[in-house]
Amino acid sequence: MVPTDTKRPTYYEELKERGYSRRDFMKFCTMMAAYLGLEASGTAQIAKTLSKTSRVPVIWLHFQECTCCSESFIRSSHPIVADIILDKLSLDYTETLMAASGHQAEAAREKTMKDYYGEYVLCVEGSVPTAENGAYCCIGGKSAEQILQEAAAGAKAVIAWGSCASNGCVQSAKPNPTSATPIHKLISGKPLIKVPGCPPIGEVMAGVLVHIITFGTLPELDRVGRPKAFYSKRVHDSCYRRPFYDAGLFVETFDDENAKKGYCLYKVGCKGPMTYNSCGIMRWNAGVSYPIQSGHGCFGCSEENFWDNGPLYRQQASFPGFGIESNADKVGMAAAGITAAGVAAHAIVTNIQKKKLIANVINEGKESEKEL
Amino acid sequence: MATTTASTTHRLRRVFVWELPVRVYHWLNALTIIVLCVTGYFIGNPPALMSQTEASFRYLFGTIRFLHFAAAYLFFFNFAFRIYWGFVGNKYADWKNFIPTNKKYFKEIWEVLKIDIFLKKEREHMSVGHNALAGFIYFLTFIAFLVQCITGFGLYASMSTWWFADLFVWAGHLFGGDFALRNIHHAAMWFFILFTIVHVYLVFYHDYVEGRGEISSMGGGWKFIEEDSFKKQREEDQKS
Repeated sequence: MVPTDTKRPTYYEELKERGYSRRDFMKFCTMMAAYLGLEASGTAQIAKTLSKTSRVPVIWLHFQECTCCSESFIRSSHPIVADIILDKLSLDYTETLMAASGHQAEAAREKTMKDYYGEYVLCVEGSVPTAENGAYCCIGGKSAEQILQEAAAGAKAVIAWGSCASNGCVQSAKPNPTSATPIHKLISGKPLIKVPGCPPIGEVMAGVLVHIITFGTLPELDRVGRPKAFYSKRVHDSCYRRPFYDAGLFVETFDDENAKKGYCLYKVGCKGPMTYNSCGIMRWNAGVSYPIQSGHGCFGCSEENFWDNGPLYRQQASFPGFGIESNADKVGMAAAGITAAGVAAHAIVTNIQKKKLIANVINEGKESEKEL
Repeated sequence: MATTTASTTHRLRRVFVWELPVRVYHWLNALTIIVLCVTGYFIGNPPALMSQTEASFRYLFGTIRFLHFAAAYLFFFNFAFRIYWGFVGNKYADWKNFIPTNKKYFKEIWEVLKIDIFLKKEREHMSVGHNALAGFIYFLTFIAFLVQCITGFGLYASMSTWWFADLFVWAGHLFGGDFALRNIHHAAMWFFILFTIVHVYLVFYHDYVEGRGEISSMGGGWKFIEEDSFKKQREEDQKS
């Protein structure tokens, strides 16, 4: 549980000041409890914590990224999400949204790090370039890695927002010229949670933060460090087009009759069957839609190396070393052809080289036949 | 054999080489591999079907996948059984046939390469069970079996509620996600196809060139060995 600070207003008090009713507040708590998969009493727990505790200080760092995580977050379906976390009342430092700039901004970060040592939550958006001593990403005269290490030292927990911070995303795709590195490879000894996606769903991000605020611990994580509540199922498992997949009815090209009928997008490269995320259930922009619903396959943005795992519009990856148009089947068929030719050649040479031996076997058999 | 002329008739001795469990394993393995390759190929490249039927009345792709998974379980446990049999079966089923443990093994590989693959005109190598090269290639296929089981069940884990498939959940995380597993699983299928081409050919080759029942041995378990070859083998075995 987060220590209560009587001097500072609680989350609920802050929200009241901003004009939210108790009813809005309870709706928000219920929504969060549902997203986190808590039992019914979880709503009360969240409401109680948010009413009693003052805000958890948050430092939000931006490195090699496009800010789509922040964008996704502020478009989360419930307005309190943006207000409670992202507005000035909760963020001590974030390059994108803070009013301060230059020395003032850096001073704010340093002050939070000092005043709330061991208490603040460190959110990281973006990967860290380690090549050339970190020259590819410097802020205020310091390299991304320096800033990260300094900030991580006093953090209570570290959140890796998005695919960049979780697994490197596009900038770590081959050949990865800046050595873009996900943060779990740079930080050790701190509770760390990965929230992959390009971007992650806003409600998922809010859910993770609310869980940390309410329970003072990270939510239950899977083997790679993602919250189980949101990443334990494949997009495929909750896809509303799944019956078409099971029936064997597929879109062949994006402009065919099958596409109009809303058939499965598997053959035009949908990576839903290999992608762990909750897009099919939570969807995007307050539940309006998600890629598959808009007629485009999932391309697996929350999976490691998704840029290197083959063309976006084909199911099969290029076979390494055989060019981008190759795939395992093309290479395999060629290899099978060569093998068949080799076997045929071997059979011919056998009949020449082992002529005598084969003749012996045949003659012996024929002689026996005649003797009977 | 070099000394054999058309006028001398071979005296052949019958040797029981492949026990019933080995033969059952072999054919079950062949059947499941065929089913797995065919259904697996379709899973990777679904045929383009046009149909007016509602999706809810069809389950074609689901059935193909079911066959794949059912065959996979059979394949896995059959494979596990064969490993067990490598410790309790007869000398031709023993695990030592597959893993090189001594110098003699490598010498035999070289000999088989010379005679059967490069077709040198030398004294034929008449092995009773597996020859060393074949045994070693089977060892490589076992590795391929293992790769397919790990990647396949790793992919299957998220669809299964049985603890057994969950045992392979680490595979996805080890290789960097289901994407990678899938690519490995798909590419490795071709190893099985290439192996099958060569395997079937070589069985016919041995049957044709040596004339001692190579093909039928996997049916009844018998192979027929020349008397002098048999004696030589026995002497070697007594020495070692």
